[in-house]
Amino acid sequence: MPSKIKISSQYAVQMRGVTKKFNNKKVLSSVDIDIKKGTVHAILGENGAGKSTLMNILYGFYRADEGTIFLNGKIAEIKSPHVAIRNKIGMVYQHFMLIDKFTVMENIILGNEMVNKFGVLDLKKSRNRILEISNKYSLLVDLDAKIEDMSVAMQQRVEILKILYREVDILIFDEPTAVLSPTEIEDFISTIRGFALEGKTVIVITHKLKEIMNSSDKCTIIRSGVNVGTVNISDVDQKELAEKMVGHTVELSAKKTKFTPGNVVFKITDLCVENEKKVLALDNFSLKVRAGEILGIAGVDGNGQRELIDSIACLAKVKSGVIEICGKQIQNTNPCNVLNNGIAIIHEDREKIGLILDYTVAENSMMKNYKLKDFSKNGILKKKFIDKFAKNLINKYDIKPENCINIPARNLSGGNQQKLVIAREISSKPNLLIAVQPTRGLDVGAIEYVHRMLIKERDEGRAIILISLEMDEIMQLSDTISVIYNGCIVGNFDRKMTNEREIGFLMAGGEKNDYNLKIS
Amino acid sequence: MTTISKFLKKPVSSLFLSVFCGFVTSFIILAITGYSPFEVASSLFNGIFSRPKHIMNVVIKGMPIIFTGISVAFAFKGGLFNMGAEGQFIVGTIASLIAGSIFDLPPFFQVLVVVVFGTLAGTLLGGLTGFLKAKFGTHEVITGIMFNWIALYISNFVVSLKNFHRPNSNSTFPMKDSGFTGLRGNLGFLKDSFFSDILKTEVNVGIIVAIVVAIFVSFILNKTQKGYEICAAGLNAEAAKFAGMNVYKNTIYVMMISGGISGLAAALSITGTSPHSISILAGFENNGFNGLSVALIANNSPIGCIFSGLFFSGLIYGGKSMQSDLKTPSEIINIMMGVIVFFVAVARIFPIIVDRLLKRRQKSNG
Ligand SMILES: Nc1ncnc2c1ncn2[C@@H]1O[C@H](COP(=O)(O)OP(=O)(O)OP(=O)(O)O)[C@@H](O)[C@H]1O
Ligand SMILES: [Mg+2]
Repeated sequence: MPSKIKISSQYAVQMRGVTKKFNNKKVLSSVDIDIKKGTVHAILGENGAGKSTLMNILYGFYRADEGTIFLNGKIAEIKSPHVAIRNKIGMVYQHFMLIDKFTVMENIILGNEMVNKFGVLDLKKSRNRILEISNKYSLLVDLDAKIEDMSVAMQQRVEILKILYREVDILIFDEPTAVLSPTEIEDFISTIRGFALEGKTVIVITHKLKEIMNSSDKCTIIRSGVNVGTVNISDVDQKELAEKMVGHTVELSAKKTKFTPGNVVFKITDLCVENEKKVLALDNFSLKVRAGEILGIAGVDGNGQRELIDSIACLAKVKSGVIEICGKQIQNTNPCNVLNNGIAIIHEDREKIGLILDYTVAENSMMKNYKLKDFSKNGILKKKFIDKFAKNLINKYDIKPENCINIPARNLSGGNQQKLVIAREISSKPNLLIAVQPTRGLDVGAIEYVHRMLIKERDEGRAIILISLEMDEIMQLSDTISVIYNGCIVGNFDRKMTNEREIGFLMAGGEKNDYNLKIS
Repeated sequence: MTTISKFLKKPVSSLFLSVFCGFVTSFIILAITGYSPFEVASSLFNGIFSRPKHIMNVVIKGMPIIFTGISVAFAFKGGLFNMGAEGQFIVGTIASLIAGSIFDLPPFFQVLVVVVFGTLAGTLLGGLTGFLKAKFGTHEVITGIMFNWIALYISNFVVSLKNFHRPNSNSTFPMKDSGFTGLRGNLGFLKDSFFSDILKTEVNVGIIVAIVVAIFVSFILNKTQKGYEICAAGLNAEAAKFAGMNVYKNTIYVMMISGGISGLAAALSITGTSPHSISILAGFENNGFNGLSVALIANNSPIGCIFSGLFFSGLIYGGKSMQSDLKTPSEIINIMMGVIVFFVAVARIFPIIVDRLLKRRQKSNG
């Protein structure tokens, strides 16, 4: 939709006629957008609509084929992120660009070090400035902690401090809350509202409608690379937003069928696992999952979820305890054995572990079953079969662009990469499916589809463990819910016998009995 | 202009451009030092193409570095940097010489045994490098460099052994001639043709084997299950592990095969060309190190290594005629190769530069 708004200094960002092609395929066609100073502006759109691309153009990471960008009413040529920062634009990617082995402080000042008159690093001056900023916006972090020891939410804080340190006025976030827990999301929202009050401009790409309603002033909707309209949040509700996004009415929650559990398929008994710092991350952890059951594990990030996954996947060493699938112990074997015993894992880190980004979609799609007879003959891969297999997954899970079997997974949009991982793991028909943040980065339509698929798998008798930071997702899908806190299960519930408040109370470290006392 | 930028974004075209820039730069250097670039170019060209004999010599000299190029490229696909190709080549030479001197079998079998020994030696050394990496995490570049030196000194030690050392020389006795892989005897029919002067060269089977190996390795990497695993581990070891692949074993296998290819290069080299013996090495002969450049120029494509290997050897061989015709210093050809490799390594800048120019022009037009 061409914008009728005049170029003016009231607007922090105005883009006109931005067009971008990748390999002759238009992913943005003549997009106009106006973002007013001092507002929080959301950008919504289906997976692969072109949101990240548009923002990457604003940040100078990509160059538009056509179109102009105006900042504060003046034309700007943003050739590179470096120029963007000079123009007071900063971006926080979904995958943080921090150096794990460096401290918070070192990460923040990297590339923008303050020096004294002798050209020597002036750490004191930098430290004071960072402290000043972090106090001002209540973004408190330990400046001397190493990044690798921090939770994702804290890392995000560091990213935000990093761009604030560079004195930006326009902050772009690409799916900032995908990795945050509900309370962390609330904090994040109040932080960005604070920025807007201060006169800074915030642009947020997100799939979470609720969050848009709570945080934003306006929302621009992008559908297949076209701006289909900007709305005032005060004029719409969630359902309208969703409909505008996909172009037809949508069902926002999947229906669940009756729960008929079978035998115990998977069992963990007294599992103890140390993390890298030799501290017990899982402490006498036990759980059981039955066939046809979705067990939701609720918990704040960093309470042992990662170690749990890594020890089941045999990527980490188990100190003591037993992990058992269909009566067979698998702890401390190898990932191949885990696979052969029918355990499929939708890993939360799709870029580093779930996918090989430089492999094509077809090559990624067969990663878990390339050893099967159908895929090769005498050690030679059967290209035709593999392509057919990949095409089938692409169609079934609506992975876009449609004919993507031979393009590298790197070139898919974030949500479509996630769909590829989900498609691959579910289609392997496992005995146990472990889904960690399965709908991270998916649009509402896709979330609904994945939820339906998970329920269908459960109805077919698979055991499913769902680990999610989304309380809604846990509540909606689980048959039973366990709460993980500090490496232990602190409560097991039948879904029907509990509620969000109780779960939330335990997640935050409350005692089960206290809760009962509190409500009685 | 956009078509030009598109053209330049193709890897092949930016490769040719790099080579071109390399030549231009070296000609400038030559001009500065007082040699006529045209004379140098024509001498280089004639040195390579003027007679079938010269072309054949380029092929013969190119064979070993095509192999080591493939060896490096293969390891690279598996995520490993085979800095030790040089050492693997040297141990391959030693093993071939020992086998070729001790055994005394009918020609065909003798060749077979010598080649197997050479290949095996390279395989073992490569495998050891891989094992150290897989088991202890010792970086393959470090061990590679150390093994290169160890191999060099072992080689000099073998030359000094009484059984092998040829008195009053700094080399060993040649191996038994039943182990030679020269083809001159089989090409008698060329005697009266235009190609007759090929018979003056040490034409041998090496290049044919090199082509076969290039095709085979390329097939393994692109079409087979093993190749899928190797490249997966090379691109993202964590993801490969998670997918149930044994990355440790993979590291060892890849280094074994890579080392084997370098060893094979050595075996075919010592059996194919005189003096069929080993001399005291004062320093490295660069058969392996040149493989690194060959693989780089070929962008780690095994088939590409055939062409880039020939290109490299053309420069080396043609450079000799430059030296004799024009008395250019021998360094000049090394500078030329260095510059070309440099440009290939930074080839990515060409499309960027073109884009810049394009934008600038658009601005001045509109
Ligand atoms: N580097 C690239 N090369 C080729 N195609 C690309 C590249 N980056 C993105 N694309 C394609 O451009 C389209 C838009 O991608 P983009 O990442 O902007 O989507 P998105 O709206 O951010 O989606 P998501 O919500 O899934 O993150 C997709 O079809 C994607 O496959
Ligand atoms: Mg995106």
